[in-house]
Amino acid sequence: MTATQDRPAAEIGKDRRRKEDQRLITGRTRWTDNITLPGMLHLAMVRSPFAHATITSVDTEAAKASKNVVTVLSGKDFGEELGVCINAWPITPDQKTPGHSPMPADRVAFAGEIVAVVVARSAAAARDAAELVDVEYDELPAVVGIKKALEDEVLAHPDLGTNKSALWVFDSQDAGTGGEVEAAIEEARNGGIVIEREYRQQRLIPAFMEPRSVVVDPTGEQLTMWSATQIPHILRFALAATTGVPESKIRVIAPDVGGGFGGKLQATPEEWIAWAVARRLMKPVKYTETRSESLMAAHHGRDQVQTLTLAADKDGKVTALRVHLDADLGAYVAIVGGGVPVLGAFMFNAIYKFPAYRFECQTVLTNTTFTDAYRGAGRPEATYAIERLMDELAAEVGVDPLEIRERNWITHEEFPFTTVAGLEYDTGNYEAATAKAKESFGYDELRREQAERRERGDRVQLGIGVSTFTEMCGLAPSRVLGSLDYGAGGWENASVRMTPLGKVEVVTGASAHGQGHETAFSQIVADRLGVPFEDVEVLHGDTQVAPKGLDTYGSRSLVVGGEALVKAVDKVIDKAKVLAAHLLEANADDLEYSGGRFTVRGTDQGMGIQELSTATFAGHDYPDGMELSLDADATYDPVNFNYPHGTHLCAMEVDTETGAVKMRKYTCCDDIGTIINPLIVAGQVHGGLVQGIAQALWEEAVHDESGTLVSGSFVDYLLPTAADTISFDVVHTDEPSICTTNSLGTKGVGEAGTIASTPAVVNAVVDAVRHLGVNDIQMPCTPERVWRAIHAHDGDAPTPQAAMPHFEEGALNQDEGAGQ
Amino acid sequence: MIPVEFDYLAPASVEEALAALGEHGDDAKILAGGQSLLPVLRMRLNAPEVVIDLGGIASLRGIRDDGDALVIGAMTTHHDVRDDSLVREHALLLSKAAAEVADSQIRHRGTFGGALAHADPAGDLGAPALALGAQFVIAGPGGTRTVEAADFFVDLFETAIGDDEILTEVRIPKHTGWGAHYEKFVRVAHQWPIVAVAATVRGSIDEARVGLTNMGSTPLRATATEQALAGASATEDGVRAAADLASDGTNPPSDLNGAADYRQHLARVLTGRAVLKAAGA
Repeated sequence: MTATQDRPAAEIGKDRRRKEDQRLITGRTRWTDNITLPGMLHLAMVRSPFAHATITSVDTEAAKASKNVVTVLSGKDFGEELGVCINAWPITPDQKTPGHSPMPADRVAFAGEIVAVVVARSAAAARDAAELVDVEYDELPAVVGIKKALEDEVLAHPDLGTNKSALWVFDSQDAGTGGEVEAAIEEARNGGIVIEREYRQQRLIPAFMEPRSVVVDPTGEQLTMWSATQIPHILRFALAATTGVPESKIRVIAPDVGGGFGGKLQATPEEWIAWAVARRLMKPVKYTETRSESLMAAHHGRDQVQTLTLAADKDGKVTALRVHLDADLGAYVAIVGGGVPVLGAFMFNAIYKFPAYRFECQTVLTNTTFTDAYRGAGRPEATYAIERLMDELAAEVGVDPLEIRERNWITHEEFPFTTVAGLEYDTGNYEAATAKAKESFGYDELRREQAERRERGDRVQLGIGVSTFTEMCGLAPSRVLGSLDYGAGGWENASVRMTPLGKVEVVTGASAHGQGHETAFSQIVADRLGVPFEDVEVLHGDTQVAPKGLDTYGSRSLVVGGEALVKAVDKVIDKAKVLAAHLLEANADDLEYSGGRFTVRGTDQGMGIQELSTATFAGHDYPDGMELSLDADATYDPVNFNYPHGTHLCAMEVDTETGAVKMRKYTCCDDIGTIINPLIVAGQVHGGLVQGIAQALWEEAVHDESGTLVSGSFVDYLLPTAADTISFDVVHTDEPSICTTNSLGTKGVGEAGTIASTPAVVNAVVDAVRHLGVNDIQMPCTPERVWRAIHAHDGDAPTPQAAMPHFEEGALNQDEGAGQ
Repeated sequence: MIPVEFDYLAPASVEEALAALGEHGDDAKILAGGQSLLPVLRMRLNAPEVVIDLGGIASLRGIRDDGDALVIGAMTTHHDVRDDSLVREHALLLSKAAAEVADSQIRHRGTFGGALAHADPAGDLGAPALALGAQFVIAGPGGTRTVEAADFFVDLFETAIGDDEILTEVRIPKHTGWGAHYEKFVRVAHQWPIVAVAATVRGSIDEARVGLTNMGSTPLRATATEQALAGASATEDGVRAAADLASDGTNPPSDLNGAADYRQHLARVLTGRAVLKAAGA
């Protein structure tokens, strides 16, 4: 038996290196594209170069005659077995949802849409033949950009009669969670402060490291799909629901997956086509996209125009917030595409006590790549808007941005606190996080340097940006999702299997794609069950191994999946206790469980859980009525979201001659409750920060007027590398506010850095040049945009009063055509 | 992504390479370090039937002293140009510019001659080669000829190298003791320059040479600036008027990284900075 006493006292809180990294880093693993099956055929997709066109003919003869080609299929060659790409979250009952075939036969609605598939004996042969498929199109006018779409002059889908898909509204007065917004804004116009802004969330591309890849094997009784996906369970459900194959005949495997960031939370046309071709030919098939295809046709993220009105009294105490979003869905309403901006509805009020709040979201269809979840999904957009507005309010009142926040935030004594958006925040301590961040950042000293640089008119100006964010994560209480018309629940499942020799197999329905579940979950089980970390094996990502689950997104794996795991472990201990009492000839009430061992109170008698597992395997001696197994599983449905928060401080240097920006310092103090593995948390925070900073400074997906993706390679779609970032100062509060709605006290951290950092950076850039007449710079803050903002007012009259509505004139410093 | 199928030839000498080129003509592409060609092939932007790899020709590598000039073999890598002591001593500007090419992996594979022959106006080596008055030695079926830098760059991705010719080496007139700086303006480190300025100066300032990257369809030389710098003092005020001439006659592109007028503004600002750094000010 393994000596359980050798185990360190506590695994939770320990800087364990990730057990999965050795195989991931050395490549001793299997990605989907590495999978090669006997007789496997390869697919290449033929994609439309036009954003909107009628398909008049598809001539496949030359391609079919090409060397090593098995067949070429276009949309008209398939019937219902092709299935459809689903929208699982219609946000209103009257949402306009265009039919989304994986391969339309008649009309394409975005550039990159698949019109034919080549099946060949090698990937090279498939690619060569794809160039020989002759598709004739009649080009139709394309609608690109939110503002053009709202005009309804050119339609993305003429049959629908409009580009407007759905209007979703939340009003605090109607909901009974707050007062009337319009009255509060009117009041603020007379003697108070009204800040009105239009902000743009540019379109982003998730740009995961591993391109999407799918293998389908129809050999045998079950059809197996391997896919580089975040959602094997949801895929199985959707394949069964749309292609007529019974769920019990479908096995979906997500092997090791190289990143997703929401970009692999999709039921993709490519998966559905591979599925249909494999079934048609009864041969295994593989499709792996190129990077160009990935950038063009894997779903994009963000893309909103935010029209915002914040009202406050003259001391800067907020009185109302009105939000109108116009969100670009792209050509189709993707799996949760419409719901992403709606998730933001609950977060615009953030950590502040708004007495009145109204949120409207108008989704629109355009002839561009469809959009959907991207790290943070709805919450970064909300956080950006409110944190930018709070800095604007501070400037208007003439106080420090931290001071204006303190006047408005929920104090730590006020928790639990029901917000104007109707959520109950269980815990938080914004004062503590801010104090710690300020100290670590050297806030006062940097403010002094900023003043000195301004004073002497330095070529390089310094700005300090603040973001005191919170977010809702741990998606999600199933009843809440039901009330939002979401097509699934938010529970998670876990099981714990005790093996004959005392090892522990943990099965989780969460599906890691880089997060480090295997390590963190092992730590939880090691502590809770009292077994060595090394003895725990975490299994996931295969519907045959982990039949129940709802996968990984929305910072849910630890806080929902981890809680399911805790409940399963507790059941194992309860079952083992019966056996231990029998074997120790003691009363169960006299047993205590600690460090993986039952002991009889007041004696030196005891028995380890791993010995009990072996005893169960043998089955030679057990009490009557006991089921001969210690294994257990549990499903956990969260009772609430959880609400990590933090104070992020960013110092940016701006070269006023060139507009170049450079990060000087970044400090974040995140309060995420109990930390299971600080090293993994640091990794999540670092990566998250860079992803959020990249939205602020670098990344932007741009379509031209005809709907062609201009930023179609990494030459034009700028991703940062380590060379472009600095060492972040990552701290945590000394006494975290422990989540009260799960037993480990954890809060999500997977998206925190991304949600918080974008406004911190832009606030810092604007702060550096505010004295030069700048109050906004469109993202990404390219040197050119910064330079033009600085010089936009050269020779102009002073900036108009901020309290005056100026939407009609277009927001200041916006590029021409912003929001298109 | 998979390129279209092609035949691969690896000649052992320049003569063999020329013979292969003569045989396949337009159907052939020369492969040097492959850092530009391979992405082009993989994205199927070009589909040659034959690729002629110069990697096996030892005589095309290396840097030697040839009296009043350095001679750099076309297949010498950026890394080797950057690190070479002769280059540092006699053509410091090239060392500085080579150090700024892309990233370390690319600098170890990409070649000096390959990059110049590719003639991307955003490439980092054209402007310094032009500023230093490089001479391009081109071998063809009829023998070898030498082309001055001013005549070498013809247009976007187009040089004086004929279809049946190969760039074998580049002669760089010695600028011994000249200060140098390559000022590259990028948004992320691995990016092609939005604008870059190559400046090398003798004294502070007796004489200056200034080349511009990505300010037109070819590398450009800021001759008006050079003339105005002769005898200027190496101070911000001293170089300002000369730097303001740097954008004269330029025709930069407009793209996601900046409109043409912004690039012209950058060229003026960066020229001032590059010259001052080159002068050690």
